[in-house]
Amino acid sequence: MSHWIILPVVLPAFLAPFVVLVARHHIGIQRAISVAGGVVMLVLAAGLAWQTADGSVILYQLSDWAAPFGIVLVGDRLSTLMVLLTAILSLLVLLYAIGSGWDARGWHFHALWQFQIMGIMGAFLTGDLFNLFVFFEVLLIASYGLMIHSGGTVRLRAGTQYVLYNLLGSTLFLFALGALYAETGTLNMADLAERVRLIAPDANMGIRIAAVLLLMVFAVKAALVPLHFWLPSSYAEAPAPVAALFAIMTKVGAYAIIRVYTMIFPPGLEATGGLHGWWLLPAALVSVAVGMVGVLAARRLDRLVAFSVIGSMGMVMVAIALFTPAGIAAALYYIVHSTLAAAALFLICDLVRAGRADLDLTAQPPVAGATMTAALFFVAAIAMVGLPPLSGFLGKLLILDAAFGTDAVVWVWTIILVTSLISLLGFARAGTEVFWKARAVAPDEAAPAPSRPPALSYVAVGGLLALLVAHTIFAGPVTAYTSAISAQLFAPDRYLSTVLETPGKLSDADPDEEAH
Amino acid sequence: MEFLVASAIGVLTASGLYLVLRLRTFPVIMGTSLLTYAVNVFLFASGRLTVGAPPILTDAERYTDPLPQALVLTAIVISFGMTAVVVMIALGAYLGDDDDHVDDAAEGEDAR
Repeated sequence: MSHWIILPVVLPAFLAPFVVLVARHHIGIQRAISVAGGVVMLVLAAGLAWQTADGSVILYQLSDWAAPFGIVLVGDRLSTLMVLLTAILSLLVLLYAIGSGWDARGWHFHALWQFQIMGIMGAFLTGDLFNLFVFFEVLLIASYGLMIHSGGTVRLRAGTQYVLYNLLGSTLFLFALGALYAETGTLNMADLAERVRLIAPDANMGIRIAAVLLLMVFAVKAALVPLHFWLPSSYAEAPAPVAALFAIMTKVGAYAIIRVYTMIFPPGLEATGGLHGWWLLPAALVSVAVGMVGVLAARRLDRLVAFSVIGSMGMVMVAIALFTPAGIAAALYYIVHSTLAAAALFLICDLVRAGRADLDLTAQPPVAGATMTAALFFVAAIAMVGLPPLSGFLGKLLILDAAFGTDAVVWVWTIILVTSLISLLGFARAGTEVFWKARAVAPDEAAPAPSRPPALSYVAVGGLLALLVAHTIFAGPVTAYTSAISAQLFAPDRYLSTVLETPGKLSDADPDEEAH
Repeated sequence: MEFLVASAIGVLTASGLYLVLRLRTFPVIMGTSLLTYAVNVFLFASGRLTVGAPPILTDAERYTDPLPQALVLTAIVISFGMTAVVVMIALGAYLGDDDDHVDDAAEGEDAR
């Protein structure tokens, strides 16, 4: 049994206390440890992704307990892709946090950052639903600290809302897990998948309630309308690097929906048939509309980006809600794209904020380094809106193509195309107000000349945008890979047999005892 | 006993939700506490209700499912920590703003 797969969880778990205990007063050492951890994490994630690229499933049994009894970590194509995406995103955003000095504006940024990474990695790698809950809580607790990093009343208010909303979400998660356990007697995902199939269609009331509760929990995380109200304030008020890292957190919800609703409650399952199929897609379409209209209605640049995150999550959920192999493949392509684009936009917001009084969409004197910042905003906005030639366009094309031939084609096509136009107007207006009209406003002579943002900030934003360009250029291989992921998800036999049939302690136990 | 436990969970959940909807920090935090109590009892009941049996496999015929007890323990620890965090953050927000409303200010005031 290889131990590599647990390192993405263990490494940050060791680095974070080390940073707190040893390097508490030395920001330089903290930065060095954090960046080194990020680079090692990237190597680990790339190694795991390479190892699972051929379709094999890595299993790690903690303390060697066999599957339904012990906790397992499982790496397949989907989870290692998400791990790799997290590693890349966190390293680039960390560079921005260091370059812009955000990490020095409060205590324990790097420790909380490492705990956040630990939670996200664990959520992607775990093969046990209760363990998923625990990792959700780890990433949430760290995110509470990061969200109110460097303080301020407005940020604390937004933080209160964010914490309370997520506390309610966690409670709901526990209700869902209790209901699932009462119905099936297990919380291991692979074991659940096998047992849920055995439930008779006429005794399915409990499992249907559990399935819907669980979907609501993940929808809260994925900011699906009408459970999205926590997102705009918290993302807009969070420190920019934190908001950029949060771009992956909504994807944790999307990942959990993909995992649970293709493996445990697959679309063809009789016991939960017709349950989420008919209302998930409308909710996703409404999310797209709300997000994009919010982009047009926003009066501040950071709120605009937050609403574009809701819109792009809606787009992901539209593709997921189709529950077809093509739909999931398109959703995965779009997840990578929207994570990078949203993170880049939040960082660009911060570049703008550094040189202005506020982020209101009004004409103000140009910010320092306006040409460069405006160009970066232009590229990121094109990607987010989904104009050619960048990956947003290809992603939307894939989603439209996946919807073609289903019953919902008219609704999906109409709403996606119309809202794309609306968000284009929103971003164009914001760019005009913030960057273009700035030249017409005379700078205040008395104000000190704003200093240019440090080069490291541009490296981070440029890196994210370069990845978007690469995501576009290599769209062929990437879509081939996301199709392979989705094929693996819809044929989970190898996953199930690897998890349940790998021997470990207790695996030769009497089957009667298994039935709790 | 099923009726007692079920109604206890129901009453806790209902009062918790009512308090959460009050949208002031103190009632909301009380409400989330009640909700976490409700969910703890619910998790406990998810392993079936058994009285006077040990939570361990022995030679005896009857035993209680030990797993929900472990789950409840985890849930209690996490919800306790979370409540402590939210009390601190809410206190900070209240002291800074002299306002303990949880929801955003009405449109117009929110021009920040």
